[in-house]
Amino acid sequence: MSPNEQILQYPFAYETALEPAAEWTELRGTCPVATITLPDGSQAKLLTRYDDVREMLADPRFTRQDLFGGTGNSQGTATTSAAADTSESPLSVPKHGEDHQRWRRLVGKWLTAKRMAALRPQMAAIADQLLDEMTGRGSSADLKAHFAFPLPVYVICGMLGVPAEDRDRFSYWSDNFLNLTRYSAQERQTAVGELVAYMSGHIAAKRAEPTDDLLSALIEESSGEGEALTDGELLSTGVALLVAGHETTANMIGKMVAMLLADRTRWERLLENPSLIRSTVEEALRFDANGGFGLRRFLTEDVEIGVEVLPNGTTVVCAMAAANRDETAFDNAAEMDLARTPNPHLAFGAGPHSCLGQALARTELQVTLEVLLRRLPSLELDIPATELERLEGLLVGGLSEVPVRW
Amino acid sequence: MKITVDEEKCCGAGQCVLIAPEVFDQRDEDGIVVVLEPEPPHDQHALTREAAAVCPASAIQVHDTP
Ligand code: SF4
Repeated sequence: MSPNEQILQYPFAYETALEPAAEWTELRGTCPVATITLPDGSQAKLLTRYDDVREMLADPRFTRQDLFGGTGNSQGTATTSAAADTSESPLSVPKHGEDHQRWRRLVGKWLTAKRMAALRPQMAAIADQLLDEMTGRGSSADLKAHFAFPLPVYVICGMLGVPAEDRDRFSYWSDNFLNLTRYSAQERQTAVGELVAYMSGHIAAKRAEPTDDLLSALIEESSGEGEALTDGELLSTGVALLVAGHETTANMIGKMVAMLLADRTRWERLLENPSLIRSTVEEALRFDANGGFGLRRFLTEDVEIGVEVLPNGTTVVCAMAAANRDETAFDNAAEMDLARTPNPHLAFGAGPHSCLGQALARTELQVTLEVLLRRLPSLELDIPATELERLEGLLVGGLSEVPVRW
Repeated sequence: MKITVDEEKCCGAGQCVLIAPEVFDQRDEDGIVVVLEPEPPHDQHALTREAAAVCPASAIQVHDTP
């Protein structure tokens, strides 16, 4: 540590919702391994350069720091760790070793690109239905509340075989897990209890009468392999899908649309050339300056980063959003270029623990743009972009509202 | 152009399939990458390179052949 190095409070303050923190450029340039104080008062090291972040995330020796202990296979730990550690988007149970591999394999096969492509029509139908409801009410609305928030939870409900009439209860439960300020501990506990009760009944029903959905398939295939998943594991899977796949995607939909409308020439370019949808989604993921806390790694060995050696025992925070703006990795990193290819951004992490649900998230984001461009070409922000507000109380970054008119 | 993949590294994220579905697929059993076209035709080269560049696990190698 150089003598004049400061210890920075993390996360950093932001001036406006869509702009990156001023510290990033400086740290990437002069202090790639910065010392920070986390909200709980503990110290950690912050990585902001693309190469460092990518290497740390992909290092198979280190997994994320498990702040809350437990492997998430009992109901209690599944829900606490889910609520508390949403900064990493991989579906997170069980976390280590062979169980993790097996679980990842079982669930991963359900989240392949092909399966997600097969879900496209279903996703588009959900999107259309949400827009019918939203546009039926007038010519302006909060896109976050009426579209971005329900869409992913409805998609997950579809995957889990949860009937349409129960979807809004799911949204409520899911929000309760993740929003650390909006609900009281009491409310959260009640919500957790309700979700666990609901899912237990739902799992029992799927055991008795399998249908064409993820849970039924997991039950059948895991028992076919002679190592049936327990109810606890199935429950965790459902919860993990919600936790990993709801709020993150909902917020990303809101931020993506806000970024495209903040400079409306972007939206117009897409209207003219919808074949840019795929690269636009990737660029929105890269450009997102409000990506949340970053991913934590807990070092179990000494590691060299540049000229510095980080000792065993260090907590490292990888700021993917800062890395995604690294000029040495991306030309004109500060520009949102809808046609950027290739775009090896780190929004979903990197390496063996990179987000298992990324094909799902990408497909939802692509479908969102397809449907919005088709249905609401006149879409624009209803307030100046500088007045958009960041959501407080979530570990995943987002906007509190995305007011739009059409 | 020839492609090889490292199945051990692949984490089944499916980025390659989303980008170049004619060249890559994922195994039904576990989502691990499968190469459909080990020597992709010319019109697939750009997408193949893009897939290799963005694979989160750096599991795809592109070898240029004369
Ligand atoms: S993009 Fe890479 S990690 Fe993902 S499925 Fe393809 S080869 Fe595997």
